[in-house]
Formats: sequence, C-alpha cells, structure tokens
Amino acid sequence: MTVPDHTVNHLWQLTVAEASRLLAAKEISSVELTRSFLQRIEEVDDRLSAYITVTADAALQQAQEADRRIAAGEYTALTGIPMQIKDLLCTEGTTTTCASRMLEGYVPVYNATAVGRLREQGTVLLGKGNMDEFGMGSSTENSAFFPTRNPWDTERVPGGSSGGSAAAVAAGEAAFALGTDTGGSIRQPASFCGVTGLKPTYGRVSRYGLVAYASSLDQVGPIARDAADCAVILEAIAGQDRFDATSLPVPVPDYRAGLTGDISGVRVGVPSEYFADGMDTGVRAAVTAAIERLADLGAELREVSLPTTEYALACYYIIAPSECSANLARYDGVKYGYSHQGDGDMWEAMERTRQHGFGPEVKRRIMLGAFALSSGYYDAYYHKAQQVRTLIREDFDRVFQEVDALAAPVSPLVAFPIGERTDDPVRMYLVDVYTLPVNIAGLPAMSVPCGFSDGLPVGLQLIGPHLSEGRLLNIAHAYQQATDWHNDRPSL
Amino acid sequence: MPIDREQVKHIAALARISLSEGETESFAQQLSDILDQFEVLQSLDTTGVTPTAHVAGLDNVMRDDEPGSSLESEESLLNAPRRRGDLFQVRAVLDE
Repeated sequence: MTVPDHTVNHLWQLTVAEASRLLAAKEISSVELTRSFLQRIEEVDDRLSAYITVTADAALQQAQEADRRIAAGEYTALTGIPMQIKDLLCTEGTTTTCASRMLEGYVPVYNATAVGRLREQGTVLLGKGNMDEFGMGSSTENSAFFPTRNPWDTERVPGGSSGGSAAAVAAGEAAFALGTDTGGSIRQPASFCGVTGLKPTYGRVSRYGLVAYASSLDQVGPIARDAADCAVILEAIAGQDRFDATSLPVPVPDYRAGLTGDISGVRVGVPSEYFADGMDTGVRAAVTAAIERLADLGAELREVSLPTTEYALACYYIIAPSECSANLARYDGVKYGYSHQGDGDMWEAMERTRQHGFGPEVKRRIMLGAFALSSGYYDAYYHKAQQVRTLIREDFDRVFQEVDALAAPVSPLVAFPIGERTDDPVRMYLVDVYTLPVNIAGLPAMSVPCGFSDGLPVGLQLIGPHLSEGRLLNIAHAYQQATDWHNDRPSL
Repeated sequence: MPIDREQVKHIAALARISLSEGETESFAQQLSDILDQFEVLQSLDTTGVTPTAHVAGLDNVMRDDEPGSSLESEESLLNAPRRRGDLFQVRAVLDE
C-alpha cells in the first residue's frame, strides 16, 4: 500500500475526496494538482498509451478558472479535480475519435451531458481515453491507433472497452475518469486494472453525446479510486435530461450521505451460475474471500440461481450488433468523419468510406447485426433475442425479491497477454460472460478491487435492482473501509 | 449455422461496406463460428414471451413543443468532409 505524499510531485496519488479537501483548505491549488497529473502522464503514458489526446494547455486554463472559483467560495466537491474522459464521449472543442479512423480529427461542437455537468462543476479535462473502436471490444486492442497496456503488467491488456480510462486511474494519470459500459466496458477494465467502476441503471445517466453503439444497453459511469469517489461523480452526472428521452424521470439521491458503511442485515445473493468451471482459480479464491468478508461485516449471504445466465452471451451478441448496424449507418462520409476521396458514384464512395474507416471488429458487428435483422432471419435471431431478454430480466426480478444485491466475479479471468485472443472473436466475447446479463436487464453494477491472482487485480462485482446505486455504493464502501485492496498501486 | 462467401457479400451489400477477398473469407468463417454460439437460444421456449422494448418500461416519452436554439449552420458544417458554401457537398445521386 502506498502512503499518500502531499508534496506537489505526488499530488497525483490523491483520491478525489482527499484532493477536494486540500483544495477547499487552500493547502493546494488546482493548478498544482493538474500539473502533477500532467507530469505523471508525461512520465508513464509512453509505456501505457492510456490517452489518445492530452489537452495540457486547456487543462491548466481550466485549473486556473477552478482556483478562481474556489477563492470566491463558489465550488463543489469536484471543482478543480483533473479527469480523463473516454474518447466515446463528446467534448466540445476537443477531438473525439471513438478510437476510429472514421472519426480521426472529429471535433464536436457540444459536450455530452455527463461531461457538461462535470465541467459546470469546474472539473479539469486532462484528455481523452483510449478504448476499443466505438466501444466494441474487451481489451482495448481494437483501438485503431494503438493498444493500451495494463499498469500492473505492461505485456497484458487493461481490459476494455474503457481500457484507457481504467489504466489511467490505476496509474495515477487522472483522479477519475468517465467510461461507458454496453456489455461490461466499465466493470471489466476496472477489474483488470484494480480500480473501482460503476455502471449505472439504464437511463440513470443521460446518453446524450455518448457516441451510440447499442442504444438500449449503453450507459455512462465513473471509474475512480474508491466507492466514495464514485458516489460524488455519479451524483454530478445522474438525472433526467431533455436531450435523452430514455433518461429516467427520477430524482437523484444524495449518494454520499448514503455511505454509512453499515451493511448489517443486507441480503447478498451469490449466483451459482457465476462460478462456473473454467474460471481462474485465483479469481475464485479472491471473490469467495471477499463475499465472506461481506458476511463478516453483517451481510446475510444466500445462494441463488439465475438459470438464464447461459443464454446471455448469445442474446447480447444479437441485440448489440443489431443496434450497432443501425447506429453506425450514419457514417456515410458526407456530414463528418472520414470520406473516401477517389473516383466512383455515391454508393461506391460510401462503401469505400466504410471499408477504410471501420476496423475489423466494428465491421464484424455491423455485418452480424445486418444479418440478424435481415429478411428471413429477423424472427429467428433478433426477435428471439428480445424475448430471451425478457426472460433474463424476469430471472433478476425474481431473485431481487429474495435479496438486496448480488455478489459475483466481474470476469472469470484476470488481465490476459496482449495478442492472446485477437484472432478468435468468440474467445474474446467469453471474457464478458458475467457482465453482459446486467446490461441486458438494465441493472446497476460495480467492480470493486478484491485481491490479486498471480499479481494481477481481481474485481468483485456487485449487482442490484434498478436504481439501487446508493445501496451498491454503500456495500462497496463498507468493504473498502475494511480492506486495502483499492489502495494498492502498480509500480511503474 | 454456416455462412458462405456469397452470403457474406450479400450482408456486406446490405451494410454498405466493401470487402476485400481476404475479409470475405475470414468473415465467412468468423460469422459462422459466432452464429454457432447463438444456437443455444433455440433450446429456450419463448412462446408467448413479450419482447423487451425498454428495460424500465418507459414508452412514448413526451415533452412540450417549445422552440429553442440549435446549432448555427457554420457549427453544423464544421466537420464536413466536403462543402460548397453553406451546404454539404455530396456526389451525384441521380444518373446524368
């Protein structure tokens, strides 16, 4: 465990809460804090490649502005805090590539709602996080630009698709990050990098300005050092938005006030299907020990069953690519993005634009979706998958009548070597077998560091019913008050 | 379910993506492997099950129709690959 050192050079080690306290006490300035993170990026990012874009000058300007706000007494718990944003979220005036050749150089003229809400509170944008192209992947190897490396072992992947965001937070290259999660893309990289990630309930956070992959599954959420920091960030970004009709018309609770650390009597279900054969033995040991720790803290454990778990992978890989094929039809080379410049008529130019602009996994998913939606196959694939989706939701509904939350592994694996799975899409898809069901049902879930297997971080997944983020955050907070796994940092 | 090269070409045409010969070959194999994984769904009886439209049951979300500001045309055109004046320039849609 690293002891935080508050000299300027080590400010990058602070959590959001610690930095916020020092900023409010005027012991440090946001400019000093931001400089420390920029210096850290300078020192380690050539080894990790967690950032696609670093906006150093703009960050220092934003930090000065934050310092003025703090001096004037007009600040919140996030004013002056340096953050990274996944490059799938629109940032006004800052390139947003989605890690795709298709959007190389694309500069949005507006902020995603989640980004805008954070900027209104005076957070500082350090830059944009690397990811799998358009969020499609589990390792960040599908970035069109370069893979990100895991800070715990640079020969291994950081997970994905928000791999750059999880790696940045793990390595101290940002105090926190915003990621997105369509099938596990916040939780799985958080697990592989040993940081805390939260995928909110579908509709809890506006998707406006989140470049669409699968609109019925996508959610924005925080990746941070601990659950307490996630609570502050979620509170800032959550809530209904007139620009996203699927955002829920439900008030945002005071998540921080809910962090009592008391979980006595909380009923925690352990789904047997999430401990199947073939899982890494170190993952099994760490997750099992973490669940026992929850029991020591007063939780009541119950074994439960989610029999439709085995259908989730197929269900997801029909629904997500189907939505992807419709969403990515917008990339035609006319309004923005890459455009084929050679000869040819309108259709040929469009087909060439899409051939050269998209990488292999994106094309694979567009093709898969076009097939599942095509005449003659729609009923057998898309319609069937949407029915199975209902059964998976009902499975969770039934279990949540007996328990308050579920505890399980995030992934059956720890971070795997770069290149190990890139040639076999099915083997790559299996990495997310325990995170996909949550998106299918629209539930909130967290990844909480709970130990190591052969020196690589393991994540405990906490899953709750719709809008139970406060409960999940409190369970995670109770666990983190009793353990030190979330304080471990990789040596770089 | 096996997918052959002709089907791959048909799907690529639907998706408006040109494919090289190599891509056609590898997609035929990979899509077949992926579709094999989907067979498991056929063993599940879904007779009478309503397909999910929205996970929280929201539908027909309405708001007041109030005029508001939107992007200036210059902002809309900022990322245009090809423009002519205040217009997006496209290739000929109709034959001459």
